[in-house]
Amino acid sequence: MIRACLVALLSHWRRNPLQLFAFLAGLALATALWAGVQAINAEARASYDAAAATLGEGQFDQIVPKAGGSITQQDFVALRKAGWLVSPVIDGRHDGVRLLGFDPLSSPASFGVGQVAQTGNLAAFLDPGQLYSNAETAERLQTDIQIVIDPAIAPGIAVGDIGVVQHVLGRNDLTRLLLHPVQPMIRPALVDLVPGLRLQPANQTSDVGELTDSFHLNLTAFGLLSFAVGLFIVYSAIGLAFEQRRGLVRTLRALGVPLGFLVILMLIEILLLALLGAGLGIVLGYLIAAVLLPDVAITLRGLYGAEVAGTLEFRASWWASGLAIAVLGTLAAAGGRLWQIWQMPLLASARPRAWAMTSGRVQRVQSIAAIGLLMCAAAFLWGGSGLLAGFAVLGLFLIGAALALPVVVRPVLRYAEHAAKTPQYRWFWADTQQQLPGLSLALMALLLALSANIGVATMVSSFRLTFVDFLDQRLAPELYVEATDTAHAASIEETMAKLDVPVLPLLTIDIEVRTQPAQLFGVRVGPTYRDNWAFLDAETDAWDQVEAGAAVIANEQLARRAGLWVGDEISIAPGVSLPIGAVVADYGNPKGQVVIGETLFRQLHPDVTLQRFGLRTSEPQQLRDVLTNDLGVANSAIRDQSAIKAFSLQVFDRTFTVTAALNVLTLAVAGFAMLMSLLTLADLRVPQLAPVWALGLTRRKIGQLELLRAVVFAALACLFALPVGLGLAWVLLAVINVEAFGWRLPMFLFPADYVRLGIYAILAAVAAAAWPAWRLARTPPNALLKVFAHER
Amino acid sequence: MTDLAPVLQFKGVTKSFVNGSAAVPVLRGVDLSMDAGETVALTGESGSGKSTLLHIAGGLDTADEGTVHVAGHDLGPLSDSARAEVRRKDVAVVFQQFNLIPSLTVSDNIAFQARLAGRVDQDLIKRLSQRLGLTDHLGKYPETLSGGQQQRVAIARAIAARPKLLLADEPTGNLDEVTAAEVLDQLLQLVEETGAGLLLVTHSRAIAARMKRQLNLRQGRLA
Repeated sequence: MIRACLVALLSHWRRNPLQLFAFLAGLALATALWAGVQAINAEARASYDAAAATLGEGQFDQIVPKAGGSITQQDFVALRKAGWLVSPVIDGRHDGVRLLGFDPLSSPASFGVGQVAQTGNLAAFLDPGQLYSNAETAERLQTDIQIVIDPAIAPGIAVGDIGVVQHVLGRNDLTRLLLHPVQPMIRPALVDLVPGLRLQPANQTSDVGELTDSFHLNLTAFGLLSFAVGLFIVYSAIGLAFEQRRGLVRTLRALGVPLGFLVILMLIEILLLALLGAGLGIVLGYLIAAVLLPDVAITLRGLYGAEVAGTLEFRASWWASGLAIAVLGTLAAAGGRLWQIWQMPLLASARPRAWAMTSGRVQRVQSIAAIGLLMCAAAFLWGGSGLLAGFAVLGLFLIGAALALPVVVRPVLRYAEHAAKTPQYRWFWADTQQQLPGLSLALMALLLALSANIGVATMVSSFRLTFVDFLDQRLAPELYVEATDTAHAASIEETMAKLDVPVLPLLTIDIEVRTQPAQLFGVRVGPTYRDNWAFLDAETDAWDQVEAGAAVIANEQLARRAGLWVGDEISIAPGVSLPIGAVVADYGNPKGQVVIGETLFRQLHPDVTLQRFGLRTSEPQQLRDVLTNDLGVANSAIRDQSAIKAFSLQVFDRTFTVTAALNVLTLAVAGFAMLMSLLTLADLRVPQLAPVWALGLTRRKIGQLELLRAVVFAALACLFALPVGLGLAWVLLAVINVEAFGWRLPMFLFPADYVRLGIYAILAAVAAAAWPAWRLARTPPNALLKVFAHER
Repeated sequence: MTDLAPVLQFKGVTKSFVNGSAAVPVLRGVDLSMDAGETVALTGESGSGKSTLLHIAGGLDTADEGTVHVAGHDLGPLSDSARAEVRRKDVAVVFQQFNLIPSLTVSDNIAFQARLAGRVDQDLIKRLSQRLGLTDHLGKYPETLSGGQQQRVAIARAIAARPKLLLADEPTGNLDEVTAAEVLDQLLQLVEETGAGLLLVTHSRAIAARMKRQLNLRQGRLA
C-alpha cells in the first residue's frame, strides 16, 4: 500500500514538473542565500577563534606598555629576575602579514602558538629558524626564513621564535609579556619594577568577535529576509499542489487509504522534497559565499582589523543550520495545508476549492493580521530596546505591510473596473481582481524585495553622503606623520614650527568609560577643529571649554552606549570627571572616543609620548620632501589625506558590496516568484479565458492583456513599496544603526534611484509574464473548446 | 464469516443531516440485505438519500442508528482506519465523476486499488483492459480519454480489486445513451463473472430494470 500511495502522490509532481521546479528552486534559492550568509559568518568566526587561540588573547593575563609603546629587553629581564613568570611576545607587520614571535621554552603550555612548536621540530624552529603560517598567508610573505605550512594558524598571521621574528622585523623590543597562570606568592609590585608597564587582565583584551557581531547580525538579517522571500515561492507551490490534489486525496481515502497514513505519507513526501531542495540550496549557498567572502574579508580587515580566511570550508555549523531552516520553513508552509487535509471530510467536494479565489472572511483575517503586526511593530518601536527589538520592528513592519498589500490593492482595482469605459477593459479589471488572491504571495514577495531594495539603498546612499562629508571634516590635515621616537617627534615639531606649518598632535591612550572600552584623545584646539568638526549636539562654547580643560567631547557611539549626552559628567581618569561639552558623529569607528585638550592630556598622562601628528599645509608634496629629506621620516611613515580618504571610501564601498549583491539576489528571487506564480496559474486560467475567447477576444489579445496585468501588478507593488521602503530605511538609520553601531544617520531621499528601481521591477514583471502570456496566446482552440465540452 | 452470509446488510439504519439548527432525516430505519452475486438497483427522487445509503454501505459515511454489515464486518464499532481497510479489501465504488487519479496512466489507475488491497492479478487486469476496450489507451493519462472511456477505466479499477461488494453511483449518468448501454453491459457481465454483489444507484428505470432486484427509496424508507 505504501508504494502504491507514494507512486500516486509523487506522480502529481511528475505530471506537473513546473510546480516541482518552483518548489525545489524556491527552496533552493531561499536556502542558498541563508546558507551563504551563514557560511560567511561561520568562516569569519572560525578565523576570529583561530586568531584568539594563536595570539593567546583572552587566555592569559598580559603585561603591556601603559602608553602604547613597546617593552624593552631590560624590562623583561628585570621582571624575570624579580620572580615574575613572564614570557615575551613580539608583534609586528611585514608584507601585510602579522608576525608573532614568542619564546617556545618559556611560554605557557596551553598557549596556542606554543603548541605549534611542540608538535613540530623544536630544534629547526629555533635554529636556523622557521615561520609557521597557513598556505594563503605563506604566499604573501617574502622572506628568506623557511615557512612551514600549518592550516591551524589563523589567516594573516605567521608565528616563529622571538629571535627570528625580531630579525625579520628589524626590531629588538617586545610588544607584550604573557603571564603564566601560576605565579610565585611573593613578588615585587609591577609599578616598582617597571613603572611604564601595566597589567592587562585576560578578559579585558579586545574581542574582535564582539566588535564584528553587529556586522554579522546585519548579514544574518539580510539572509533571513531573502529566505522569507524564497519561502513565499515554496508556500505558493505547496498551496497550489495541495489544492490540486484534493481530488486525489478524496479518491485515495474512498479506495481505502486511512487518513492518518495518508497525511504521514504526504509529510514524508514534503520532507523528502525539502531535503532535496535544501541540499541544492546549500551547494548554491556555498558558491554564493565563495564569491562574496573575499569582499567580506576586505571589509572586516578594513573596518575592524579582523583577518578572515579568503577560502571557504564546508562547516557543519552553517550547512546544518541551512538544512534545518529549510526543513522547518517547508513544514511551516505545508503545516496549514496538511491540517486542512486532516480536517477535510471524506465526502467533501473533490474539486479544487477555487485556489485563485478568496473569501471575504480571509480578506478580513488578513487585514486584521496586518494591522495587528503593524501595531506590534509600533509597540516594539516605542517600548523595545536593543538590536533584537530593532530587528523585531523591522520584521513585523515588513510582514505587516506585505499582508496589507492585497487589501490595499483590491479597492484600487475595483475603482479601475468602475472607471473603465469599454466592456473589454471592464472584464480586464474584474478579471485582474480575480487573479489577485492567486498572485498575492508573489506580489508580497515582490513588495518585500522592492522595499528592501529601496530601504537599504536609501540607507547606504544616505550613509555614503554623510560619510564623505564626515571624512572631509575629520581628515582635515593634509599629511599624517609617525615619528620613530620622542626625540624624532620633537625635532619634527620644531621644524614645522619654523616653517609655520600647523601641527596637530595625535595623543591617545585606552581608557574605560562606564565599563565601556574607549580611547582618550588629546588634541591641540585650533581653527582646524573649530572650523571643521560638526557636532550632533553641543554647548555654545564647547571648544573653548575643551581647550581650557573644563569639558570633553564624546563620540556618538560612546554617548549612546553609556547613556550620556551633552552636560553629563564623564570620568576620564581616577578622580577626574568633566562634563560633555559636545557629542560628535564618528562614523565607521566601532570604538568609543573621548576628546580632551592637549594640555589636560599631558597633565593626566605625562608618560604618553607624542609620536603621531597631523600637518596642515597647502603644499603637501613639498612638505613631504622636507620630512623625508631633511627630517629622515620614512616614506611609509607619511600618509596623505587623499590616500586615507580613498582607502576609507574603498572600505566603505566594499562593505556594502555584499549588501548590494544580496539586494540584487533578493530581487531576482522575487522576480522568480512572480514567474512561477504566473506559470502555475496559467494552466488554471484556461477555463476562465475560454468564455472570453468564445465571445470574440483573440488569443493574441488575451496574451497582451496578461502582460498588461503583470505591469499593473508590478506598478502597484512599486507604489506601495515606496512608503514601505522609506519606512524600512528610517528604521535602519534611526533604530538598527543606533543599536548596532551606536550612531544615527540623517536620511536623504534619492527619487531618481527609486524611479530606476521601479522601471527595473516592471521590466522584471514583464519578463516574468512574457512566457506565461505567450503560452496563453498559443493555447490551442481545442483546449479552449474542451472547457465547454465537460469532458476535460 | 461464510460465503452464505449477506454481502451487505442494513438493519434499522437512520441518518440525519443538520441544516442550520434543524436535523433533517434522510434515512428513517432502512432494512436491506444483499447476497453475493446479487444485483440491486436503488432508485428514488433527487435528495431521497440514495447516495447517502450508498456512502454508508461503502463505509464512506456512518449511520446514526442501526447496524451495517459489509462482507461480514459490522461497520458500526470500527475505527476510521478499520473502515478504510474494509473499503480497500472488500468494497469498490464506481463514482459518477469517475474519480480517477489524473497523474497516473490508465494502466496504473486500473491496477491501483488492487495494489492497495495487496492482490494484483496481472492476467485479470489484462483481460479487463481487453474486455473494456482499453488496451490501446493503457499508457495514456485520464484527461486524454472521453467520458465513456474514463468510466470504463473506473469500472476496470473496481473489478480488478476483486471486491465482494461493488457500489456504483449513477455510473452512466455522464454518458450518452449508446455509451451508457455499452458500459452497463460490460459492468453486469463482469459482476456476473466475479460473483460480486452490485448495488447501483440510478434515476433510469431502464437501467434499474436490468438488475435482479429494484428498490425505491422514498421519504427515507425502502419500498
